[in-house]
Amino acid sequence: MSAVADTHAQEHHHGPAKGISRWLLTTNHKDIGTMYLVFSFAMFLLGGTMAMVIRAELFQPGLQIVNPEFFNQMTTMHGLIMVFGAVMPAFVGLANWMLPLMIGAPDMALPRMNNWSFWLLPCAFLILVSTLFMEGGAPNFGWTFYAPLSTTYGPPSTTFFIFAVHIMGISSIMGAINVIATILNLRAPGMTLMKMPLFVWTWLITAFLLIAVMPVLAGVVTMMLMDINFGTSFFDASGGGDPVLFQHVFWFFGHPEVYIMILPAFGAVSHIIPAFSRKPLFGYASMVYAVGAIALLSFVVWAHHMFTVGIPIAGQLFFMYATMLIAVPTGVKVFNWVATMFRGALSFEAPMLFAVAFVILFTIGGFSGLMLAIAPADFQYHDTYFVVAHFHYVLVPGAIFGIFASAYFWLPKWTGHMYDETLAKTHFWLSFVGMNLAFFPMHFLGLAGMPRRIPDYALQFADFNMVSSVGAFMFGATQLLFLLIVVKCVRGGKKASAKPWDGAEGLEWTVPSPAPYHTFATPPEVK
Amino acid sequence: MTSEKPQAGPARRSTTRVVGWCMTAVLGMFAFGFALVPLYEVFCEITGINGKTGGRYEVTEVSEVDVNRTVEVQFLAQNGPDMPWVFKPEVRSIKVHPGESVTINYVAENPTSEPMVGQAVPSLSPSEGTLYFHKTECFCFNQQPLEAGERTEMPLVFIVDRELPEHITKLTLSYTLYDQGKPVTVSAGQSKNTTTNENG
Repeated sequence: MSAVADTHAQEHHHGPAKGISRWLLTTNHKDIGTMYLVFSFAMFLLGGTMAMVIRAELFQPGLQIVNPEFFNQMTTMHGLIMVFGAVMPAFVGLANWMLPLMIGAPDMALPRMNNWSFWLLPCAFLILVSTLFMEGGAPNFGWTFYAPLSTTYGPPSTTFFIFAVHIMGISSIMGAINVIATILNLRAPGMTLMKMPLFVWTWLITAFLLIAVMPVLAGVVTMMLMDINFGTSFFDASGGGDPVLFQHVFWFFGHPEVYIMILPAFGAVSHIIPAFSRKPLFGYASMVYAVGAIALLSFVVWAHHMFTVGIPIAGQLFFMYATMLIAVPTGVKVFNWVATMFRGALSFEAPMLFAVAFVILFTIGGFSGLMLAIAPADFQYHDTYFVVAHFHYVLVPGAIFGIFASAYFWLPKWTGHMYDETLAKTHFWLSFVGMNLAFFPMHFLGLAGMPRRIPDYALQFADFNMVSSVGAFMFGATQLLFLLIVVKCVRGGKKASAKPWDGAEGLEWTVPSPAPYHTFATPPEVK
Repeated sequence: MTSEKPQAGPARRSTTRVVGWCMTAVLGMFAFGFALVPLYEVFCEITGINGKTGGRYEVTEVSEVDVNRTVEVQFLAQNGPDMPWVFKPEVRSIKVHPGESVTINYVAENPTSEPMVGQAVPSLSPSEGTLYFHKTECFCFNQQPLEAGERTEMPLVFIVDRELPEHITKLTLSYTLYDQGKPVTVSAGQSKNTTTNENG
């Protein structure tokens, strides 16, 4: 184990190891990125299956398929798996693959920790999913796990849920530290902060958000753990605690968390729209500042999730206006994307289709968010399907479409082959129609007063629920097509050139496709 | 396996520094999560927004009674989970003048065949009135032990502050009675398992 031997091995530019140990022991950012993406897609299918159970039960009024207890477990697990298992790891996977390529670094700054932070995730989700088979069932208190529902009244498996959240939290924090260290230290010579690609910028800010709020999440589940098992009374009124405190601490984490799930998508879309508009991004600097402003504001709006618990009028006004203020930087971003497309030489390949749909549909989700931000109106909307419609509009065509757009955009770089454009467009259109069919009627259901998290509903909601379920089945089934497209693309297809998109910019297009196992051993010069 | 770069000297040192800063931030935010608990307590105590009424109020000077103004005070009682006691106020609602000291009783009865201890936790609505509702004597300051079948009257002495904002004409005081288990025998040393004065 001498330094000489190490240097010697280095000079040979070894490829990946063979067999399973390649994946277990790898410190290569591309391997780890691939594992993150595969894992997140597996979780997406699992969480999606749960959504199908939910929509099947809600297809008609009455109780048909599952009992209410299991229904509650499905909504809870669907939320937890989609948030922590599908969306977040997908973005970490994209970060692993693309950040070093975009900033001209040979790898992530902390490759061994990178391996560790990935492999914690399957462990965390094994624990979480195993609660489904435990006595008393899986967590059934909603993904927001409000106390005392999750403490005094939670199932015995809650302790396993807490442990799983701890592990996935540690994984996220390590991932975030790695991203920060990589971006701050490993940029190619000449790449100043304001020359960084936007995906890098958004991920840097996301990583800071993760570091700021994941420990608070760890703190709140630790308090739950102590309330459940060690007789403390953080959230128990009989011992002097306060259940509302839970909501404050949770949403102090929870609101920045929703930006953690969307900011990297903002970054990716800011690459894709210019590439297919064949124009540089409009307003680069304002995009950076807008993301920063959104991130900062996300820390002072948390109580808009809890207007109905009884907040003094001054507090309601503060959180209402602060929330509405977020529309300003978000609006800047939407206008910049539109301005980028304006008079561009547009072409609509799959990544662009997803990116344009992202801009339009995310804006709809933003508008319903503004409606929810109005404190007096929120008293009507609170805990109805309108809220479900809102956050699915920002997360499905927001985060998920952003991930699909990124996947199609960079698949040629990852695999060396072009994906099947016809199938990809089919995937887009079926997803687009299915998703809108599934979630748009939920706005009407919510305004008409249908509460969320219920397995049965009044008869007047039947028609819209049936439409919604049909859309959900369509969206769900379509995702198998995505699996097929990716498998096809990995196995073969038209050879991709180093830069398959003529309008694309960035260092990642200067390396051959597929990207070699080791890239940028010598840093490129950025002018 | 190894991917250390030969010329990684300065870069590595600064990576250590970045990781150090990040870890400090992580630990700091973890601590902040817990610091939110006392911060929230203090914030609520100052503003009264969570409806938790204060502890024992010391009357320093006999305040004048504002006979021109009448405030209705309603009393509610409810039982915490699995609390078998009968628990109710003697009056549902009374009209008081701000500044006057009023005494009312709550009644508790232990219908079980076991001695038990109860603890009442108060909450006032609207929370805006919390700061203006003073209790000089309250059964909620202490735990209440009751023998099997025993019944007791529990007094509450309160003053509605003359400074109560004009637009508040009605205050609702709600007590939730929680089961605190069996009484701890005096010979065991401590007669109370926990101090609950903070519940006030």
